[in-house]
Amino acid sequence: MAGEKAAGEKKPGEKKPGKKKPSEKKPAEQKTSQKEVGEKKKKVKKHHASRNPVLARGIGRYSRSAMYARKALYKRKYTAPETKIEKKKKEKPRATITKPVGGDKNGGSRVVKIRKMPRYYPTEDVPRKLLSHGKKPFCQHKRRLRASITPGTVLILLTGRHRGKRVVFLKQLATGLLLVTGPLVINRVPLRRAHQKFVIATSTKVDISGVKIPKHLTDAYFKKKRLRKPKHQEGEIFDTEKEKYEITEQRKSDQKAVDSQILAQIKKVPQLRGYLRSTFCLSNGVYPHKLVF
Amino acid sequence: VFKRFVEIGRVAFISFGPHAGKLVAIVDVIDQNRALVDGPCSGVRRQAMPFKCMQLTDFVLKFPHSARQKCVRLAWEKENINAKWAATRWAKKIEAREKKAKMTDFDRYKVMKAKKMRNRIIKHEMKKLQKMSSKKGKKLEKPEKAQKPEKAQKSAKVQKAQKA
Repeated sequence: MAGEKAAGEKKPGEKKPGKKKPSEKKPAEQKTSQKEVGEKKKKVKKHHASRNPVLARGIGRYSRSAMYARKALYKRKYTAPETKIEKKKKEKPRATITKPVGGDKNGGSRVVKIRKMPRYYPTEDVPRKLLSHGKKPFCQHKRRLRASITPGTVLILLTGRHRGKRVVFLKQLATGLLLVTGPLVINRVPLRRAHQKFVIATSTKVDISGVKIPKHLTDAYFKKKRLRKPKHQEGEIFDTEKEKYEITEQRKSDQKAVDSQILAQIKKVPQLRGYLRSTFCLSNGVYPHKLVF
Repeated sequence: VFKRFVEIGRVAFISFGPHAGKLVAIVDVIDQNRALVDGPCSGVRRQAMPFKCMQLTDFVLKFPHSARQKCVRLAWEKENINAKWAATRWAKKIEAREKKAKMTDFDRYKVMKAKKMRNRIIKHEMKKLQKMSSKKGKKLEKPEKAQKPEKAQKSAKVQKAQKA
């Protein structure tokens, strides 16, 4: 602590190198104290607890002079604040300016303040928060993923036209939906999005570490397309909108590219192919809360 | 009428409580409801235990009443109770129950497939026998002989499924 104090005192420490205890290594100490001074300037000084233990309320153990010595006030000498004379001698920036004013009998000039007082004071100390405070748009929401769902997990879809089917999870997309594939040849589930909440994660995992998923498979790729060009002819609108969904060639090629890699991994595990082909169902005596998935 | 009695050295299975599922030996009887019990080889400290949570097994050890833990351990290991217990049907049923509860979805699928195959084989053999018996009119001899190869096939597949 004594060593710290010696380093901490900027000017007095340097001014009085001949002080008793730390003065063993004078030149060395000064060098290190200079370094530490530079560091200490940026550090916030920690305030010591009271060095005067309390005997009873209002009565300390040590006298004033003893405390003076204990707090090392002999080292801490502060200069008096600047006197008004010294302040006056300082250059101050101009506060007012005299400007000429036209017109008869006006007394040619006015004294105008350069920095004027504010014309409005808000009545609240802390500005009121907007009603939309803390409400983020959907694109900035935090996306969460259950710990049981990792790339390669076999999921059971619970809703949608593919309900009950067991499917391989690939990755989570930017909106938080899960990118999932059958593979198509196994259970007719294409590259598709699934919602995390409507899915059961099983503990069966397929090793997908070596599988490369093309980067253009994003939410925009999967989003449903709607034609909206009503030219004020109400009769024709219902015809032009896509009634039948057509599988584009790009989807087919992407499906093949991803599935070929995954099928290779699925074949390595015995009976996994048949498992993915089957559907999940409940029967008598089967209770989901008791099942281990 | 009763075959298993509470006696010194009776090995009991604890059915519920903090030590559920472990084996203990009865060292001494305290009163109508409690016994001094010790399970050195099954991780149960010497303690009083109510009879209600104990279920008696077929095994009895030989040691004097209030024998110390070392003696109980010696007797236990001499009789090799742990191995004998694991070989009983009781313990096997417990194990099977545990395995069934831990089955994952994939395991259930595999078991379903194995069961299906096994039942197919059985049915196939039965149909064969029925045909033969209806044709020739013989009933006694053949069904007994044919059951043995069937059982060997069944058990192999079911074991596969259980191991997974």
